Amino acid sequence: MRQMIIIGSGPAGFTAAIYAARAELAPLVIASSVEIGGELMNTTEVENFPGFADGIMGPELMERMQAQAERFGAEIVYDDVTEVDLSGDVKRVTIGAGKDAKVEEALSVIVATGSAYRKLALPDEDRLSGYGVSWCATCDGAFFRKQEIAVVGGGDSAMEEANFLTRFADKVYLIHRRDSFRASKIMQQRTFDNPKIEVLWNSEVAALHGETQLSSLTLRDTASNAERELTVTGLFVAIGNDPRVHLFHNQLDLTPEGTIAVDGRSSRTNRAGVFAAGDVIDPTYRQAVTAAASGTVAALDAEHYLASLPEDLLLQATGHVDEGTAPAAGSTLDADGELVGQP
Amino acid sequence: MSSLKNVTDATFDQEVLSSGKTVLVDFWAEWCGPCRAVGPILEQIALENSDKIEIVKLNVDDNPQTAAKYQITSIPAMKVYQGGEVVKSVIGAKPKPALESELAAFLA
Repeated sequence: MRQMIIIGSGPAGFTAAIYAARAELAPLVIASSVEIGGELMNTTEVENFPGFADGIMGPELMERMQAQAERFGAEIVYDDVTEVDLSGDVKRVTIGAGKDAKVEEALSVIVATGSAYRKLALPDEDRLSGYGVSWCATCDGAFFRKQEIAVVGGGDSAMEEANFLTRFADKVYLIHRRDSFRASKIMQQRTFDNPKIEVLWNSEVAALHGETQLSSLTLRDTASNAERELTVTGLFVAIGNDPRVHLFHNQLDLTPEGTIAVDGRSSRTNRAGVFAAGDVIDPTYRQAVTAAASGTVAALDAEHYLASLPEDLLLQATGHVDEGTAPAAGSTLDADGELVGQP
Repeated sequence: MSSLKNVTDATFDQEVLSSGKTVLVDFWAEWCGPCRAVGPILEQIALENSDKIEIVKLNVDDNPQTAAKYQITSIPAMKVYQGGEVVKSVIGAKPKPALESELAAFLA
């Protein structure tokens, strides 16, 4: 058994791992099999992470965070959590599925599972995903050289994708439901200044068309409900994210926004020994820096919690049994948590 | 380095389309994070199923003709070829169990 398991490998997970590893809690980070490093792995330049005055590429930032966590002894496993049992003092986390499944036990768990891209919820979306409809401009943008494409969304991610895509595409339509963006001023300005981007305000995507590849969209005017066709070969969806909580239904309390509920400014969930950090608790800010800070809070809360546990439980996790004080076989705990030898 | 064989525009006909075996082609690129993540999973699947399927990689930057011919617009794209025809397409990096279940018909 371990002292700590961290589920997730974005800025929250790795920062929690850095703090926990420095506190000699030897955390196990379950980093996922195909999304190691989290959302920043699909971004390009990160310009707002303090300390990197000239910016840093998202993947490089995450590789550095991982190296920092490993330097202090965090153990990292590249697999997916398929089940959790958070009820007892000893938490059980199942990694992998089928014949390869393995259960890890720990006294504390930090949930830093982040969020997943939101879909448009249109009938042909799944069919055309990968055939013109994409959630990853950095992965797929280069296939749309000299074409006319669209981005849907109004936040920083949408602006960043639209600007990035103009490296390849001749024209990028930016489709947004409202008449103003919620993106940061600097990203809005870059978008307005980019001659290849045309903003389509008060518009939503009503339908996707195409046999084997996306060929056009139906747009609906959000004010008049009037519909029109837009011929594009690519559509990049950046309409937000939903917290990844599917593993925790019926075990952890959620907020009305669907994030994991935590106590005040802490990372404490409704289960003792279970802490949550990063985008999975944050419906509002969702920045690399706020996620990292949140990971710090979780590591410190968990450290505090572990320090409060009875010694025999901790010994099971640390394995540091001091022979001189090890309880005799048959010893039990009394009501005050003191060891009592059997007569 | 990947243990999987690389195919190119020049060798695609011979290595994939004219192959007597079932061949999965992993269309990928250096700059694609999800491609790098799924690479080791494909290596494992190749190793465990070497008698049933051959898995090869095609770099879309270096081999634009083949990528264009098969209308690749999203990577990683994994296409299974039998007798020169695409019989299955999988788009996007997925965990090993998910990939194995998508490819179940060719791994049995």
